[in-house]
Amino acid sequence: MTMRHPPLSDAARGAWPAYKRDAYGILVVFAGGIAGYYLFPDSLALLTRIVSIALLVLSLDLVVGFCGVATLGHAALYGIGAYAAGIVCLRAGITDPFLLVMIGAGAGAVAGIAMGAVLLRTHGLPQLVLSIAFVQLVQEGANKASAYTGGSDGLAGMMPAPIFGVFAFDLWGRSAYLFAIFLLIAVLAILAIVARSPFAMLCRGAKEDPVRVESLGVAIRLVLLRMYAISGAIAGIGGALGMLATQVVGLDGVSFELSANALVMLALGGVGSLYGALGGTVAFMMVEHMVAAINPFHWMTVIGGLMIGVVLVAPRGLAGGLDDLQRRLFGGKSETRQ
Amino acid sequence: MITFFSIAVDAVAYGMALFIICIGLSLMMGLMRVVNLAHGAFAMIGGYLASYATMQLGFGYFAGIALAVLGTVLIALPLEPLLYRRIYGKPELMQVLMTVGIAFAAIGIVNYLMGPTLKTIPLPPILATPVDIGFRSIAGHRLFVIASGIVVVAALWIAIEYTTLGIKLRAAIEKPDMARALGVRTNAYFLGCYVVATALAAFGGAVGAEFLPIEPFYALRYIVTFLVVVSVGGAGSIVGSLLACLLLGAIDVTGRYLVPDFGNFFFYLCVIVVIFAYPNGLMGRAR
Repeated sequence: MTMRHPPLSDAARGAWPAYKRDAYGILVVFAGGIAGYYLFPDSLALLTRIVSIALLVLSLDLVVGFCGVATLGHAALYGIGAYAAGIVCLRAGITDPFLLVMIGAGAGAVAGIAMGAVLLRTHGLPQLVLSIAFVQLVQEGANKASAYTGGSDGLAGMMPAPIFGVFAFDLWGRSAYLFAIFLLIAVLAILAIVARSPFAMLCRGAKEDPVRVESLGVAIRLVLLRMYAISGAIAGIGGALGMLATQVVGLDGVSFELSANALVMLALGGVGSLYGALGGTVAFMMVEHMVAAINPFHWMTVIGGLMIGVVLVAPRGLAGGLDDLQRRLFGGKSETRQ
Repeated sequence: MITFFSIAVDAVAYGMALFIICIGLSLMMGLMRVVNLAHGAFAMIGGYLASYATMQLGFGYFAGIALAVLGTVLIALPLEPLLYRRIYGKPELMQVLMTVGIAFAAIGIVNYLMGPTLKTIPLPPILATPVDIGFRSIAGHRLFVIASGIVVVAALWIAIEYTTLGIKLRAAIEKPDMARALGVRTNAYFLGCYVVATALAAFGGAVGAEFLPIEPFYALRYIVTFLVVVSVGGAGSIVGSLLACLLLGAIDVTGRYLVPDFGNFFFYLCVIVVIFAYPNGLMGRAR
């Protein structure tokens, strides 16, 4: 939206500081995750859920922030990952957590390609509506295929094996949380590389000026479709993690509501910034948790007010706001872009 | 044959109720280029006000609906200069965020004030009794909804296509700078369009309460349907919206009658097919 200059290449900015910045960022996330383990030992289930949803929001950021796709149906990919991992766990007897996460990622990637193939044919409003139709169709399908998905009752009774055969998923969610933090760090490390790759720059270019990029001989749809596959894999990992942590998969995982909430979290944190996506998720879910404990309808009002406030006060989200602050204090170029 | 007839009447009535609500959204999205996800919230407020006026204040059905439309417009009016004017011409993401925020806040506030139970709007005796149309009788309420829809179509069609008002509105939307230079008060026309859209939403929410019951999550639950209808019809097109409402109403009602197990499956399948074939909607113009 506000970007007027082309993104600086790593060479121009100096490749090493960029990677150093990422390394620091991941270290901070890791430290925060471990601190959460010791500070809130009673709310590890909530923290694990936050990580699981954060993976969905990160995945959404790849599509919205890098490719400029308007979507209100991204939870479809998250839910498909969760269902795939849950069904395999129940039916095929595969219980290794890492394998289940990989299955979730694979299913998410396939679903991402399918969804991308539908959405990338159009732009703007039709795209938004197609994404809604997509997630609703998946939800109706999951509801109908109750022999596999449990219909409106959902799937339950998955028994994942202990991590590395040692750390069982305990009642307090300790190993589930540490597993979640491990997954988050791994995904962040991969995405930090993806986000700085020429491929991601190409996606950004296709978003900013499709005509020019196409005239360079790039098949834009194929490039964006690849990003959609990556995004689907990340969302699928989030879904599989949610399945492992709660051992339940329900229709709400493939809902319009979750998609809309994920978009809100992303916009709250800052579109186009990985740490913004993370921060937005944590902020949103913390507010939700605290206010919903008082009254669920107050939660709707507060979140609604928050969303209006973000548009009015900080259209680039929390990350954009922090970035502006940093620039004002220390000078230098903007890191997050719309 | 009897089943066919009753399905057809229900489908047309449902389609017309959808149309009354959706045409306002279609105008805002097609003419003003605002993705207004709070439109369902205005319909919901209309329904709640109509229910409150008839059940609590003892107004009659028609007076209750008039009051609901007026009340919703009064509530929505300050939002245009305060909130909506800031998102005209902004990226879709910003518009989605702002309007979903309004919808969330509306749900929270309405339920705080009115309680989380399902609200009813009692029908007057004229509408509750079946009307004999010669070879068969139709529920009076269905006829009333269909008639209201026809009036709305005709009125909007004439207003936009044939009056000076409509010409200036279209000018303000197509070329705002030029229209302003020619002395058209564009802001006033945008406000007017917004008010008409909101009033229609409230009216549709109140008269369509039989099909789309007034309940706590109305604003989010049905906005999906409304958006789908608008994009299938082509945003900004009155005829397109009418076609889309009748088509989707028919598919939805028929699906519910004949294969209730599948819920909305066929509805959304049809949507994907139509949007694939007509990315700008049935009657939409390419941008």
